Order: sequence, then structure tokens, then C-alpha cells
Amino acid sequence: MKFNEIFKNIFLVIAFGLILSACATQKKVDSQMKSDVYTGTDTVEYLASGVPDRVFFATNESVLTTASRDTLRKQAAWLRKNSDITVVLEGHADERGTREYNLALGERRANAAKDYLMTYGISSNRISVISYGKERPVDSGSNPLAWSKNRRSVTVKAN
Amino acid sequence: MIVFRIFFILLLFSLNQAKALIEVDITRGNLNPLPVAVSPLFSEDETNKKINDKIRINNLGEEISIVIENNLRATGLFNPLDKKAFLQTPDLAHLKPRFEDWTLIKAQALITGKVKYDDNKLRVEFRLWDVLAAKEMIALAFTTVPTNWRRIGHIISDKIYERLTGEKGYFDTRIIYVAEEGPKTKRIKKLAIMDQDGANTKYLTLGNELVLTPRFNPTNQMVTYLSYFKNLPRVYLLDIETGIQEVVGDFPGMTFAPRFSPNGKKIIMSFAKDGNSDIYTMDLESRIVERITNHPSIDTSPSYSPDGEFITFNSDRSGFQQIYVMRKNGSDVKRISFGKGLYGTPVWSPRGDLIAFTKLHKGKFYIGVMRTDGTGERLLTENYYQEAPSWSPNGRVLIFYRETKTDEKGDGFSAKLWSIDLTGYNERKVYTETDGSDPSWSSLLSN
Repeated sequence: MKFNEIFKNIFLVIAFGLILSACATQKKVDSQMKSDVYTGTDTVEYLASGVPDRVFFATNESVLTTASRDTLRKQAAWLRKNSDITVVLEGHADERGTREYNLALGERRANAAKDYLMTYGISSNRISVISYGKERPVDSGSNPLAWSKNRRSVTVKAN
Repeated sequence: MIVFRIFFILLLFSLNQAKALIEVDITRGNLNPLPVAVSPLFSEDETNKKINDKIRINNLGEEISIVIENNLRATGLFNPLDKKAFLQTPDLAHLKPRFEDWTLIKAQALITGKVKYDDNKLRVEFRLWDVLAAKEMIALAFTTVPTNWRRIGHIISDKIYERLTGEKGYFDTRIIYVAEEGPKTKRIKKLAIMDQDGANTKYLTLGNELVLTPRFNPTNQMVTYLSYFKNLPRVYLLDIETGIQEVVGDFPGMTFAPRFSPNGKKIIMSFAKDGNSDIYTMDLESRIVERITNHPSIDTSPSYSPDGEFITFNSDRSGFQQIYVMRKNGSDVKRISFGKGLYGTPVWSPRGDLIAFTKLHKGKFYIGVMRTDGTGERLLTENYYQEAPSWSPNGRVLIFYRETKTDEKGDGFSAKLWSIDLTGYNERKVYTETDGSDPSWSSLLSN
């Protein structure tokens, strides 16, 4: 997280220095994305205090970022503590892809999250996976920031 | 669903075998559509009264001629002339046109007809005339129940199209699609079916669960589609007539991207497990499931060649979405798309020579076609977002859907059906009652 903060600050400073005339919203966009992956918290909900419910992906990618792995470790710790809880991982894609491919991509993203939870000791029979492809965006915008919020895997309590 | 019965009762007079003068070339964009006069079909007052009593339509002959006119206009190949300019009355024109009168208004083809109602049966006859050659080209009559009148209009349109272009028409067909409503983040989607011209819309599901990608079987009685019933995304089979639905196969995970094989006996689809999607088939009779691809990449959007020997599909095994062709058993996999950008939703043309696709390049979406070996790529239309082409049964037109960009507030989203000629000309919005997506074109209903 610390690294993230520093990076964010450096980025802001650079952005500020280079584009003095940039408008306020543009700075907001820059600060909420890091190489195509959403880093903001606008849409994030919490499974428990300090346990974010979702991770974000780059365009066409299902690779977990450092921040995503951090979030998933927190989820795994919470799941270990609450051993009666089962979860559904909902994988999503942005609107900039064909429907059928996006269904597969959403499934791949949710499984990337599932695999990571499993390596941290969560049994596969506590985790189910569903892909919504591009069918359930959280942000209806047609811009890179909205798309980055929609490329996600959300961990939802199932019981 | 109503079972339509149409009887061809007689071939009026002889079909003129002599070579007609009029010929419409449909292989290139037609910038000079053929001027045609569609005379209102004549009906006597008595017939009008009886039909009006039965189906509340005042002048059915005129209504049928409007259906024909709209069909012909929508092809982009014909230019139906304004009826106000017509000099000869419909009854006389149908008996024997005064060709000078029609030449005067620059009509090259003339369509006349007559409607009669007797014993609960509607009898419609029509004739197509070559105005310049002063000759009859077709004369046909049909009888049916009055409520079938639009179909008669479509069948007549198909006969005219076929006679003038030399190719089968596509008017007596339906479109199955996903009707959409509500905000972008909470879309409600229903299966809907309508006539090719947007009439007679029926909703096949209630919108309680998400449904996607419906496709007809070759006889247009069955539909395969993806439903999120009970939050389990699975491929379903729906009998349109009975409304009976069933899950296709017993897969421990999401099945999606279904299509029928050309003989209608199998469904081909993707099955996703542990982050990997592969292509499978299921025989609808024996229930035997076969795995066709086995690769750690995403393999989806399969579509058979019309002879059933080959399958085109979408895979990201090269690192990005591209189009591939393989034999029906999964052997001889070949990549065929090599242009710049990503390629998806390949669909084999009913003629077998082309594959239509969606392409994403530099933030724009294109609908295009290429030969089955990947050569001769042609992009037909560019837009902010569009995908999923489906072929008209004669392989001349593609229907697809297009979504709009939302504004700064995220409002203003819409999804509509569009069609475009294989030539890249004649792009048209297809009328739907609500928003629509994932269109699939039926085969000709009367064959």
C-alpha cells in the first residue's frame, strides 16, 4: 500500500507539472488508474472492516496486480476467521469487447481470484464462480475510468 | 404459435420463360435503385367490408402493397414510386396495364394484384410486369387465413426479388433477438421474436432472468440461447411453439455461445471451467457430449460451415482474440485473421464462401467479412460499438446490433438492431419495439 501511495503522489506531481492547465476531473482520472487498472475506491464495498470486496484488471487481462493480491490476502484471512462463510466470485468485463468473449474473460478473472484465495488456504468448495461478462457494469460511463471500474472480480457472501 | 398454412393454388397463366429485360445486379452497391410501381392490390367493396368485419383492416389490398413496397425499398435495390403519380386504377392495371402510362412515370417494373375474401379464406393474386418490354414476368395466387396477410406480402416480395435479382429473397423470415429495457447497470433482457420488418413482435421470456445470444435451428422451430436461470448461466433449448425449455447437457459450469449444427441435430457451444473455455458439442438425440477443442486459452463463438464439415471460432491462443477455422472434429486448427486489431464473433455465411466477424481496432468496432481462408478482408461499417453479425438466409445482408456511447453523466445508452448489405451499402436501422441486441436471422419460412 505504501508503495502505491508514493507512486500515486509521484504520478500526481508529474501530472501536475506537465499539464498545469489540466482540468480537475482529468487529474481525478489519472489518480484513480495505474497502467489501465482501477486503483480508486468509489465502487468498492467491504466484506468486513478493512476487507475490500473487489479486485480490478487491465484491459483483456486476468493477471492479478500487487494491489489485487493484497486485497485477496485480506479476504483469505477474513474467510479463514469465518469458516462458515461461503462466497461467490463474480467476474466482469468492460463494454469494449464482444459479448461471448467477455463471458469467458469474466470467468477467467473470477477464477484468477479463486486460485489466489485457494493458495491462501481457502477450500474450493467454499468458493463458487460466476461470470457476468459485460452485462452488469457498475459504472455506465463510456470512458476509460468507467471501463476500469467495470473490469473486476467481486467477492460476494453467499450465505 | 400459429402454424401457417399457405396454399399455392394456381400458377396463373404461363410463367414467361423469355429472358426478361430487367435485371437487378445485387453484387455491387446499387446507387441507381430500380424504379418500381407497386399498385395497391385491388379489392371490391364487398371484400373490403367482409375483411374489415373479420380483422379490422379497411383496405387490405393497399396494406399488402405497403408491406411489399417497404420490403423492396429496404433492400436498397428498388425505388418504389409515389402512388399519387399512378395514372391507371388498380383493377384495370391488374387486368392489363397501359404500359405507356407506367413508362411515363418512369416505372420499369409494375406490381399489380387483387384480393378476394370467400368462405373465411383470403385469396391474393399478384402479377409482376416488365414495363419496358410490356410483358408479364410472374403471376401467382395464394390462399390463406386473413390474419396471415402480412406473410402473403412477404412471400410476394420474395417472388419479386427472386425474379428480378435471380437470387432467393429474405422477406418471409423472422428475427429472434434480445429485447432490452432499463438503465445500463440493470438491464432487463427478454427473448423476442418478430417478423423481419419489425411487425408481430412476441416476447418469449418475462425478463426475470438475464438471457443472451438466441439462435434459431434450421427449421426455425427451436431456439438455443444462454439463460441465467437460478443464477446458473447455461445453454438452453426452447421450443417456440410449445414454450418448453430445457438445459442443454449437464455441465458443471457455465455453458455459452450456442449455435445449432446445419442439420439441427447438434448444439455447439463453449463450456467454461477453471478459467478455461473450450468448445463442445452435444447431440440432441443421443445426448452424447464431445469435446472439440482442448487448449488453455479462451475458445468461443463457434459457427459451423453450411456443409457441417468445418467450424470457425474465436480464440485468444495467440495472445489476443483472433478467428480460427478447424475441421468438425477439432483437427487442423488454422488461424485465418491476421489484420491489425482484435477479431471476434465469426459466423459462416449460408453460401459457405465468407465469414462475417466483429473487429476491434483503435477503439472502433467494425463489422466485416473475409473469405474462409482469411483472404479478402472487407470492413463494411465502423462505429463506437457494434458486434455479432447474423446472415440473411440468402447471404446478401447482415443484421447486427449497435450500442451508443453514454454522455458525461453516463446517460443516453441505447442498443439497436441494424442491417447492412454485403456490399457495404444500404445501412439501415431495423425497427424494434424496445431496444434490442443479439439478433439472429431465421431461414426462409416458406420453402
